[in-house]
Amino acid sequence: MWGAQVSRTLAGAAPWLAVLLALAILPRLLPDWLGFLLTVAFAKALVVLGVAVLLRSNLVSFGHGLYFAAGAYTVGFAAKWLHLREAVLLIFGAVVVSGALAALLGLFLARYRGIFFGMLTLAFSMILYSLLLRLYWLTGGTDGMVTAPPTILGVAPGAAAGRAHYYLTLVCLALALALTRRWLGSPLGYLASAIRDNEIRVEYMGASVRQGIYRTYLLSGVLGGLGGCLVAFSVGHIAPEFSYWTQSGDFVFVTVLGGYASVFAPVMGSVVFELVRNYAYALSPYTWQMSLGAILLLIVLFLPRGLWSLLAPRAPVSSPWTSSSRR
Amino acid sequence: MDVVLEAVGLAKSFGAVKAADDLSVRISSGQIVGIVGPNGSGKTTFLNLVTGYLSPARGQIYYLGKEITGLHPRQVTRLGVARSFQVPQLYTSLTVLENMLVALVIRSGRQGDCWRALRTRARLAEARRLLEKFGFGDESGQVVRTLPEGGRKLLDVALSFALGPRLLLLDEPTSGVSAAEKFRVMDTLIGVIRESGVTSVFVEHDMDVVQRYAERVLVFSEGRIIADDPPGALFADPIVRRYILGEE
Repeated sequence: MWGAQVSRTLAGAAPWLAVLLALAILPRLLPDWLGFLLTVAFAKALVVLGVAVLLRSNLVSFGHGLYFAAGAYTVGFAAKWLHLREAVLLIFGAVVVSGALAALLGLFLARYRGIFFGMLTLAFSMILYSLLLRLYWLTGGTDGMVTAPPTILGVAPGAAAGRAHYYLTLVCLALALALTRRWLGSPLGYLASAIRDNEIRVEYMGASVRQGIYRTYLLSGVLGGLGGCLVAFSVGHIAPEFSYWTQSGDFVFVTVLGGYASVFAPVMGSVVFELVRNYAYALSPYTWQMSLGAILLLIVLFLPRGLWSLLAPRAPVSSPWTSSSRR
Repeated sequence: MDVVLEAVGLAKSFGAVKAADDLSVRISSGQIVGIVGPNGSGKTTFLNLVTGYLSPARGQIYYLGKEITGLHPRQVTRLGVARSFQVPQLYTSLTVLENMLVALVIRSGRQGDCWRALRTRARLAEARRLLEKFGFGDESGQVVRTLPEGGRKLLDVALSFALGPRLLLLDEPTSGVSAAEKFRVMDTLIGVIRESGVTSVFVEHDMDVVQRYAERVLVFSEGRIIADDPPGALFADPIVRRYILGEE
């Protein structure tokens, strides 16, 4: 029985292991600029995943730039004030800081729904933006901060920093996807779906809606912080714009673009977004936003469940994030 | 017999309408009580007061001797009072089985677990066992929004039942159910309730259903209980027949 279970697990994981292997080989085949673009796309996919996780409870965050910036500035501050350069420690720090921030703000935000929730998340991200802008002595103001490439397990990647950041981001992304997928198949993950469908029923069953939302928000914030930290590693420069509303808008845009029918959809959306933006900007520097807008319009009209629905057109309506766990 | 629910002098008004007017009642363990009365007589308000959705302006509510007046619905449910709704309250994008799994995990208090799977072997077996009791077989994999109204009603009660209540409150369990389905639905519900010995109170407009399934009937009017008898005696009374059934 145990053997059968192991082979079932392996069979289920095989396609994803193949994708992971292909992604591991990819940097050797691609030019450096494309490898860099993928690194940034993967890192931002983590933030988008956080936004998508919240959408599972029918909550739209227009302020996830807050956690993106929190994670990135944790790297900046730790390097500047604590002289920390080890990636593992910096990642840990970013996760703790963004988690603590989400734990604090979540106490307030978990009371709100709909547009009120969205606007409050936006307000908090703009407060952070103002602080990052005004506290010049601490944050470098509009100049931002330069972050030196981190060491990875004590090894300084040197000239291979780009590729090292790619693999580091890929590992973090794979772990985050696996953990999020597990979370979504857990009682708490299903509770989020139940909350989306019927809050009254959840309360009348004896569970706390507010606690369910609070914990979901916590996960979402941590994912946002992790994404910001990894972007800081690869870009090497952080700025207050990380917390600006347009950045948060990008994350919501990508969530709609990729869809949220799978934990992998935000990754697909993020990669496509970065590629389209890059090419649109190269082809038409002054109207590239128009191209993105047109693409979003087409997606909403013809693929309301996002790009992911091209790969999984008949994904089950219920519990889509954990489709493999269904009977 | 133990008194499961006791309401003492409950009062609740909505503007000029008295939905509960010095309302007192005691319900003993294992009873199946039907509540009847015209629209606006305070039947659903009574359920809402007991389950904490509304707070009474005056009066007290005791459950198993403990005062529960004004407690939050979540706390009341945790104590062992579950309810179903006139319009079934379900998780419509989940399957029937997933709805039941969510109810069971909340009952166990492990809804905050973010690591272990919801679908454990034991939980799946328990969910399927309960669903079978309520007549769900092949439909357990069906997404709830595609269920017919009778199925939704049954599932609504099944979810409440899965919480392991001592007191089950059912708000119009046959409303919206076709005439052909209503007795099948009630046979199933009452069968499970009788088998488990859960004390039940159901609000109902259909007098055939009340006569057939209630052991005791409370007649509500303008927030008061104007009659409290077994159905045989109650429906033999010409005044009640005129008042409730509209007979000349």
